[in-house]
Amino acid sequence: MGDGMKESKDRVEAGPTPSTHVHGRPTAVRFDRVSFAYGIDPVLADVSFHIHEGEFAALIGPNGSGKTTILRLLLGLAAPSSGSIEVLGAPPHTALESLGYVPQNAAYDPAFPISVAEVVRMGRLRGGGGRYGPEDRRAVDAALAQADVTELRDRPYSALSGGQRRRVLVARALASNPRLLVLDEPTANMDAESEARLFRALGELKGKATVLVVTHDTLFVSDLTDAVLCVGERDGRPGSVVRHASVPVAHGLAPGTFGGGALQVLHDTEIPPEDCCGKGA
Amino acid sequence: MSFLAAVLDPSLPFVRNALLAGILSSVLFGVLGSVVTVKRIAGLAGAISHAVLGGIGLALFLAAKGLAPGLPPIAGALAFAVLSAGLIGVVSLKAKQREDTVINAIWAVGMSIGVLFIAKTPGYADPMSYLFGNILLISGRDLILMAVLSVLVVAGAWRFYPQIEASAFDEEFARTRGVRTDAVFLVTLAVVAVSVVVLQTFVGIVMVIAMLTLPSGTAGFAARNLRGMMILASLLSALFSVGGLALSWETDLPSGAVVVVLSGAVFLGASGLRMLAGGRRSRQKTARPSGK
Repeated sequence: MGDGMKESKDRVEAGPTPSTHVHGRPTAVRFDRVSFAYGIDPVLADVSFHIHEGEFAALIGPNGSGKTTILRLLLGLAAPSSGSIEVLGAPPHTALESLGYVPQNAAYDPAFPISVAEVVRMGRLRGGGGRYGPEDRRAVDAALAQADVTELRDRPYSALSGGQRRRVLVARALASNPRLLVLDEPTANMDAESEARLFRALGELKGKATVLVVTHDTLFVSDLTDAVLCVGERDGRPGSVVRHASVPVAHGLAPGTFGGGALQVLHDTEIPPEDCCGKGA
Repeated sequence: MSFLAAVLDPSLPFVRNALLAGILSSVLFGVLGSVVTVKRIAGLAGAISHAVLGGIGLALFLAAKGLAPGLPPIAGALAFAVLSAGLIGVVSLKAKQREDTVINAIWAVGMSIGVLFIAKTPGYADPMSYLFGNILLISGRDLILMAVLSVLVVAGAWRFYPQIEASAFDEEFARTRGVRTDAVFLVTLAVVAVSVVVLQTFVGIVMVIAMLTLPSGTAGFAARNLRGMMILASLLSALFSVGGLALSWETDLPSGAVVVVLSGAVFLGASGLRMLAGGRRSRQKTARPSGK
């Protein structure tokens, strides 16, 4: 586990791409007046927000608020109709090598014969072609350890529980030693033990890479969270993003465990973009 | 005369050609069939293989009418296969909601065009040979084409295995890793199209799709990964092809149909065993609930 974390840290420190800066701090993600529509239905209107490098951020909002669209734009799977997006200081499609992604509903065919280690190895995939090598095998071992799924490595992926599969997908995302890790609804349908293991792994990553967790829970987030970005309708405009403050809550008050403490989101307390250097309130 | 004696008899070269075709086609059926199965594009491959009859009919008609003297049926088949693969690929990527309709239209219209041209072709042209295969039609040129295509497909599968595996398993994730999944899909369809044309001489265009899915489907029950599925499917395909040829020789039945029935019987048997084993495991799990 230690080796994996060291590799991850080295990657962050040796990151070749200079990021853009907002208020003197480098940013991992920056949306600048971004709009997007499906046909004539606007989903995002003039959205601006940023996440600093090394931050643990939560992108929250109810279903249909535009979270998935923001994610697709960030991953380069869709292009904005106006505005600009920078991921690690570059257009999204050129930053893919430095990005780890854990999808909410990974297309999964139970009849597909594949082992856990082979699924994790996909995180080492290179778009331009090429086969896996010894370095990839070492990175897979480190990622399995980081996500606490080493004991599952030779099991068929189809034989795992939903929670185990989710942690394997986290390992797949970590296999590329990402500078930015994006997780879409990582705890959906996850048992308490898997959730605790997942947040333990994310906690070890905190500060070494930028983490963005997308969730529909608009009331509580993990206490690992540095920045809460809330997506929703504002002043009649769809898909606005504002930064909200958050406060710790007593143990047991939040419905989710987050593997540790939780923060309550203060929807009536907005943090201005120029004042975004830490946790709220 | 036994099948083995027929294979060794120098006066019966077509039996040897059929045996070689069975073995060479196994590589294509196994490797390509595994990709078709895990990507779940058997319907697309079926439409391409059936549309090929349109090209065969057109080529026979043009050659017989003297409009394109000497035009071989395989040239028409290739043109229709690539055309239908391109059309299906574009519709599948750009207008997913119309995919079913377009696939079925290409399937039916392609075959109908073939039947119409064959009906209007002077002289006698037997569509059954093309639909269900005829080992008497396998030439040395077909064997060379099969061998070349097998080498190309195995080399491509080896070189781009990570990209093929990821595109089939989780297309969206593969895209986030920079894999051009649309290109992988279109190239797969194009290779399927060319392979269908080359393979149809052995089992016929109707049954090519069966051999692209049955051995790989059976292999999928036992394989631990896509690579293992490709290897096992190739071995099973060779076993079914050689066994089917021997059986058809001994029983005087059409070889293509015997090969497919044999493959289908083993697939159904394996599916039944798998269901029984799954049911038993599920009952044991209910009787002894585990902690997790």
